[in-house]
Amino acid sequence: MTDFEPKIVAFLCNWCSYRGADLAGTSRMKCAANVRAIRVMCSGRVEPAFILRAFELGADGVLVLGCHPGDCHYAEGNYKALRRMMLLKRMLKQLGIEEDRFRLDWVSASEGDRFTHVVNDMTEKVRALGPFKAREEAKVA
Amino acid sequence: MPKLQVALYWAASCGGCEIATLAIGDKILKLAEAADIVFWPVAVDTKYADVEKMADKSIDACLFNGAIRNSENEHMAKLLRQKSKILIAYGSCAVEGCIPGLANFYNLKMVLDTAFIDTASTDNVDKILPQTRVNVPEGELELPLLWETVRTLAQTVDVDFFVPGCPPEERTTWLALEALLSGKLPPKGTVIAHPSNAVCNDCPRVKHEKKIKAFHRPYEIVPEPDKCLLEQGLLCYGVATRGGCGAPCPQANMPCTGCYGPVEGVRDQGSHFLTALASIIDSNDPDEIEKILDGIVDPAGTFYRYSLADSMINRARIAP
Repeated sequence: MTDFEPKIVAFLCNWCSYRGADLAGTSRMKCAANVRAIRVMCSGRVEPAFILRAFELGADGVLVLGCHPGDCHYAEGNYKALRRMMLLKRMLKQLGIEEDRFRLDWVSASEGDRFTHVVNDMTEKVRALGPFKAREEAKVA
Repeated sequence: MPKLQVALYWAASCGGCEIATLAIGDKILKLAEAADIVFWPVAVDTKYADVEKMADKSIDACLFNGAIRNSENEHMAKLLRQKSKILIAYGSCAVEGCIPGLANFYNLKMVLDTAFIDTASTDNVDKILPQTRVNVPEGELELPLLWETVRTLAQTVDVDFFVPGCPPEERTTWLALEALLSGKLPPKGTVIAHPSNAVCNDCPRVKHEKKIKAFHRPYEIVPEPDKCLLEQGLLCYGVATRGGCGAPCPQANMPCTGCYGPVEGVRDQGSHFLTALASIIDSNDPDEIEKILDGIVDPAGTFYRYSLADSMINRARIAP
């Protein structure tokens, strides 16, 4: 499927990852255009329901980016995200959602290059998996 | 005043909801005073054809329990919707899929293979599976067509009210029946239960700040009698479950398993419980977190025990 462009929803924390994405932009780094960025105050704000809802609404992949461990603006929010996403990953596997469709990673405000790397890498992996079809399959009677 | 015309039906369910209806005890006499039971396969000898002959909207209220997983379930859901002024999803199966909804972790072939071929106690060398039509000397017999995906009642037809529980507690059942008999019905779409934020609200156990180093299954520990079960490492679902049941399970030393569905305002109960649970794990070290998570043997099955069919990802994706 060469003409498939994956839709990736990315939750970016206000203090590190969103600024990392901003830096990638202002530095004119080249980056896959498949990400729909949603700014949240902290990766700890991202409830697993947000991720399921993104898939339900047609996302092919979901990315959550936060501050590196130890660097959270709110001290512990990214650890909370880490615990939730580790448990969510186990659950997604049981629901038959491929591992590469969901990723939690850390990008600081100074890591524009890392942001582009994570986005490009994820885009290629999701492209290889093809479109996500949770709802269509659910309708089969 | 003419008596209310009431129907009760069971689709994909275990029969527990029928017993729950009777669990209201002598209040059943009040029901009998005010209402005629026009259709109730478990207790009254009426046939589907009798319902088909009824005028549209001639049934005042139908209590419908059970999930929708075959052509017969769907036919009866549509028929009873057509004949009833008020359609009530009664019990967890009709509301959110419940235990039958766990079939959505598999596809139809896996379900049939397990039920009729693979289990150790099954003796079926010819691998005979149920057919929708079969000819016998007396004529052709027909069985409903089983579906790939279990659905809730509201995913099938328009539903007026929801009564939660597996099965609904006596007090909840009576709350719904009282509303019906008195004609004081809440707004359409209401989940009828005693108001309570969560099962924890109903639970008398003492609660502190929760920090968990290890999860246990109920048979592995003897819980302390007065302390919050979740704080003792049992997967007690009370934090993410609608209250109003009176918390009978934690009071009997068993963790809540979530049968009253999500709390008000939440759509996806499983991920809500996951969120709460992961937040109280007392570690920031990935390796230690993995070890603690190993204590949750079946995350998806535990979190969506009752609500898989009604959740955001309502079935597992299975590679063909």
